[in-house]
Amino acid sequence: MSASIWVLVEQWRGQVSEITYEVLALGRELADGLGVPLQAVLLGHNAKALADSLGKANSVLYADHPALVEPTPEACTIALAQLLGERQPEALLIPLTNVTLGIGSLVSAAVGVPVINFCKQVSVVSGGLQAQCVLYGGKIEAVVKAKQKPALFGIWPGARTPDQGRATSAPQVETVGVAFPRDPCVRLKRYVEPEAGDVDVTKQNVLVSVGRGIQSRDNLELAEELAETLGGAVCGSRPVIDQGWLPLTRQIGKSGLTVKPKLYLAAGISGAPEHVEGIKGADLIVAINSDPRAPIFDVAHYGVVGDALDVLPALTEAVRARKG
Amino acid sequence: MNILVLLKMVPDVVEDIEVAADGKSLDPDSLRLIPSESDEHALEEALILKERHAAKVTAIALDCEGADDALFTALAKGADRAVKIAGGATGLATRAGAARVARALSAGQGLQPMDLVLTGTQAIDDLEGLTAPLLAHRLGWPYLGIVTQVVVDPASARSTVTKEYPGGCHGEFDVPLPAVLGVQAAEKPPRYVPVAKVRAAMKSLKIETVVPPEEDEPAPLDILQMAKPQAAGHAEMLDGAPEEVAGKLVEILAGHGLL
Repeated sequence: MSASIWVLVEQWRGQVSEITYEVLALGRELADGLGVPLQAVLLGHNAKALADSLGKANSVLYADHPALVEPTPEACTIALAQLLGERQPEALLIPLTNVTLGIGSLVSAAVGVPVINFCKQVSVVSGGLQAQCVLYGGKIEAVVKAKQKPALFGIWPGARTPDQGRATSAPQVETVGVAFPRDPCVRLKRYVEPEAGDVDVTKQNVLVSVGRGIQSRDNLELAEELAETLGGAVCGSRPVIDQGWLPLTRQIGKSGLTVKPKLYLAAGISGAPEHVEGIKGADLIVAINSDPRAPIFDVAHYGVVGDALDVLPALTEAVRARKG
Repeated sequence: MNILVLLKMVPDVVEDIEVAADGKSLDPDSLRLIPSESDEHALEEALILKERHAAKVTAIALDCEGADDALFTALAKGADRAVKIAGGATGLATRAGAARVARALSAGQGLQPMDLVLTGTQAIDDLEGLTAPLLAHRLGWPYLGIVTQVVVDPASARSTVTKEYPGGCHGEFDVPLPAVLGVQAAEKPPRYVPVAKVRAAMKSLKIETVVPPEEDEPAPLDILQMAKPQAAGHAEMLDGAPEEVAGKLVEILAGHGLL
């Protein structure tokens, strides 16, 4: 066992993602707590320059192969399985995003080691690692240990801030070889860029955001009227987009957009971690939900327990009356 | 073409879920189990492919409370077969569950040949990992997740699969079949089926049961504790009828210079 903590670098389309720095910050704490080095694992092709910003780690393990030009779960697993087999770190921390989804599970199955998913926190306890995991849409937290090493940890966005994981100095880079006996079977053909939306929600001062609690596409107009009255725009959480009630360009959250408006009004949104991730920077968050235990009330500044279908029109009328 | 849709039964989080007396698991009496949300999308995508290619859709679920309802609903929506896998893992034991499904598929129990396995991209209780990649690995099949569209060319046994990336970008991938795909959202929202139709399916259609070979699946994780989260903060709650609350909110918004 090489007694180190590894962090998988999420790099996509030539950029290291912000969550990578969050996970590096967490990895640094764990490595220091265990008295072992922190290594960043960078997989790619002609991507060595990306290692420069990873100085929070003691060193970077850089695996270069044409098969890694697109970080599919399959290609990353083939590389990681070899590296883990050769070097046996204490743990591998994997950022959880749309780019990396599936890597932890595939590597865990391929190598025969445990993966602990949905971690919001990992700490050193009695010389070992313990994770706090978010389950059931944020309604339950579990404290979990792996029974084996190396253990894989899937890290939720927001475990630390990206600035905590940045460094001014570039790390040592060790280039390692990985073999691909055959080409990966899952092959990227092309990217399709998002259609330009009529509205860029990231530039709005006021957002009226709807979730499942809006119940149907027809009720969207209640949100639209309020948004118009307040001079803002409508957006929504994942379930609303998956239902086809709003386009992808209006989706807020981990796999959508991050927004920092002056006002974020969440109507009928439960506040699952994936959504909350996209709104934490808002100046004022007001939440309306019929469930008094909805996790959204933990992050909102003001909350109303009620039916969004009643509160939204009442608010629209009250704002209109106030504005005269 | 034969398509398998795997439905994972998970607690309905609209309800209150309670921790059991042991402090490490959920109180089963407090749970109402429903299919995982993205599994509903997987079923919808399968039914769309059935309509396009005259495919056969088999819905499958591990046996637990609520599984029968979910499988009859799948039949009422248009699935051709419904199969229950007897005994064994549900809930947090995603790994053992995926292994069980893989054994059922591999054991020649009338579930072969499958050209495509669709399931949800992830579930709210996937502590041990995600079903789709775990199952894909067991079967030795390709895998892709966060899928929002599947276009199949049955003649060449290949598919073009769309995967969602951050910020609304998509990637189109070439995936040979058979494969396991984790569906995020179907091309259209999951179809609605009236309760009467589900009841009719319960009367006239059957759910088959398969009993896969047993194998020891040791739990890979130690759950030390489960609890409701301690929130770092909480909203200031505004009470009253909608009009009253609206009035209070207007004052707050005005105070923040938003009006």
